[in-house]
Amino acid sequence: MNKILIIIRKEWSEVFLNRMVLMTVIFMPLLFSALPLIILFSTRNTGSADYTSDMPAQFAQICPEGLSGGECFQVYMVNQFMILFMMLPLIIPVNIAAYSIVGEKTQRSLEPLLASPITTAELLIGKNLAAVIPAVLATWVGFLIYAIGVRILTSNPLVVGALLDSMWLLAIFIAGPLMAVLSVNFSLMVSSRVNDPRVAEQLSTVVIVPLLALFFGQIAGLIFVNKTIILIMIAVLLILDAGAVYLCIQFFQRETILTRWK
Amino acid sequence: MIITENLTKKFAENIAVNRLTLEVKKGEVFGFLGPNGAGKTTTVRLLTCLISPTSGNAYVNGLNIKTQAHQIRQNVGILTETPGLYENLSAARNLEIFAQLYEVKDVKGQIERYLRMLGIWDQREDPAATFSKGMKQKLALARALIHEPKIVFLDEPTSALDPEAAHLVREFITELRQEGRTIFLCTHNLDEADRLCNRIALFKSQLLTTDTPANLRETLFGRKVVVHLREVTPNLVQSLQTMAEIKNIKIVDNKLVITLDNPEKTNPIVIRTLVNLGADIQFVGELRHSLEDVYMQLMNQHSST
Ligand SMILES: Nc1ncnc2c1ncn2[C@@H]1O[C@H](COP(=O)(O)OP(=O)(O)OP(=O)(O)O)[C@@H](O)[C@H]1O
Ligand SMILES: [Mg+2]
Repeated sequence: MNKILIIIRKEWSEVFLNRMVLMTVIFMPLLFSALPLIILFSTRNTGSADYTSDMPAQFAQICPEGLSGGECFQVYMVNQFMILFMMLPLIIPVNIAAYSIVGEKTQRSLEPLLASPITTAELLIGKNLAAVIPAVLATWVGFLIYAIGVRILTSNPLVVGALLDSMWLLAIFIAGPLMAVLSVNFSLMVSSRVNDPRVAEQLSTVVIVPLLALFFGQIAGLIFVNKTIILIMIAVLLILDAGAVYLCIQFFQRETILTRWK
Repeated sequence: MIITENLTKKFAENIAVNRLTLEVKKGEVFGFLGPNGAGKTTTVRLLTCLISPTSGNAYVNGLNIKTQAHQIRQNVGILTETPGLYENLSAARNLEIFAQLYEVKDVKGQIERYLRMLGIWDQREDPAATFSKGMKQKLALARALIHEPKIVFLDEPTSALDPEAAHLVREFITELRQEGRTIFLCTHNLDEADRLCNRIALFKSQLLTTDTPANLRETLFGRKVVVHLREVTPNLVQSLQTMAEIKNIKIVDNKLVITLDNPEKTNPIVIRTLVNLGADIQFVGELRHSLEDVYMQLMNQHSST
C-alpha cells in the first residue's frame, strides 16, 4: 500500500477518535449553513421593506435586475454569510493538524515512525492530506446544504443564483482547498512548538483574521467582495501556500523533529 | 554487521558521542553500557539513521548510514527508549500500521505471531492506553520485530519494568539471540548485560573498553580464590606469602582471599600446602567479581583521568 495512504488512514483512525475533532468536522459545517438559513428564514417575508438602508450603497447598485429591495437584501445577506462560510476550510484543518502533531509529541510516537522506511515528504504529505481532505469535503457538503436551503427559503431563483455565481464557486472550489493547505501547514508549524493541542489551535486560528477583516470591512462598506477580490485572494493564497509548505518542509526533518521539537 | 569508524555527534558544544569505533558481529548480543547521558540513545539514533553524524561514519548490515539511510531503516528494528505507542488505537492496529509501513507480506499473520509469542493476543483489540508498562513494552517489542529484521536495536528494554516483566523480556531477548539475530542492547542493568551479552562495551561519550564479561572481570581484577578456614593463624599466612605462585593475600575474618595467575594449576599446590600446615579448610571457592565491580572500577578510572 502507498505510504502516504497508510499515514492518512493512521491519522484518521487516531484523530477522529477525538470528540473535539469530530465535532468540528461534523457540526461546524452544519452550524455555518444552518445559522444564515435561520436568519434568512426570519427575514423571508420582508418584501420591499427598508432593509436596503442596512447594506452598503455599492451593493444596492449592483444588485441583479428584477429583484425587489427585500430580495436584494437577501442576496446581500447570502453573500455576507458566504464570507463567514469561508472560515470552514481554515478552522477545520487547524483542529485536525493540531491534534495530530501534538498527539504524536505527547505519545512520543514520532521516533518509531521516523525510524520506519518512510520519507519525510511522505509523512508530511500524509499529514497534510489527512487534514485537508476532511476540511474541504466538510466545506463542500456545508455549501451544498446552504445552497439547497437558500433555494427552498427564497422565492426568487435569482437569490440562489447569486450564491452559485462564478465568484463563490471559485471561492469554494479553489480558494477553499488553498486555504485549507495554508491553515494545515501553519498549524503544523505552530504545533511543533507547543505541547497543548488547544494552545496550538488557538494560536493557529490567527489565519482567520484576514477573513474576518474582509467580513467586517464589507459590513462597514470599506471593502466590497467581488470576483476580482476573490481572484486576488487566490493569487495571494498560492504564494502563501508555497511559502508555508516550504517552511514546513524545513521544519519537518527527522533530526529537527527528534532533537528540537519539545 | 555493525561497524563504526570514529563516529561523532556534537550537540552545540556538547559532544554526545566522541570518535566511537567498534564492530558488532553477526548473531551477537552486544551490550552497550553507560551511565545516564553517556550517549547511548544518541548512538542508537545515529545507527538507525534518525540523526546524522557530525563526523565519522558507520555501516549497518554493510550499508552506509550517510548514503543508504532508507535501506538501513528497512533492515533494522528499533525499540525506542519510550514505547511511543498510539495510545488510543488497539494493540493490533498499532502493529498493523507498522507492518504496512515496513511492507510486511503477511500483515495479519505477523501480528498474530508476535502478539501470541508475547502473550498479549487476547488483548489485541484493547487500546494501548489500557496496557500496563510491561504490556506496552511487549507491544513495542512486537512492533520492532514485525518485519523480521536481522539487526535489532533495543534501548533499555527492561528499565521501568518490574522484575517479573523484566524477566519475560529478557527471556524473549534470549529467544531472539537463538534465532540468530544481531542485537545491540543499551542498558544500565549490569546483571542483564552479564547474562545476555556475548560482548560488552563500556561507554561514556567515548568507548572505554569492549570485551566479553568474563574477560573484563579477569583483566581488571585478576582471578581470586577464597579459602574459608576455621582459624587463620599468623604463621599460616607467613608461609603462604613465601610461595611464588601467590601474587597477593588478603585476610577477611577467617577467610583468605588469594590472587593467583593460573588457579587451575596453582590452586591444588596452595591447598596441599595449607593442609600440610595443619589448616582446617571449611570451604574453597572462586571469587567472582560482579560486572558492577567492573563497571564502577572503569568509570572511576575514567573520571580520574
Ligand atoms: N537533542 C539534543 N540536544 C542537545 N543535547 C542532547 C540532545 N540529545 C541528547 N543530548 C545530550 O547528549 C548526551 C547524551 O544523551 P543520550 O540521550 O544519548 O544519553 P543516554 O546514554 O541515552 O542516557 P540515558 O541513560 O539517560 O538514556 C547528553 O548529555 C544529552 O544532554
Ligand atoms: Mg538513553
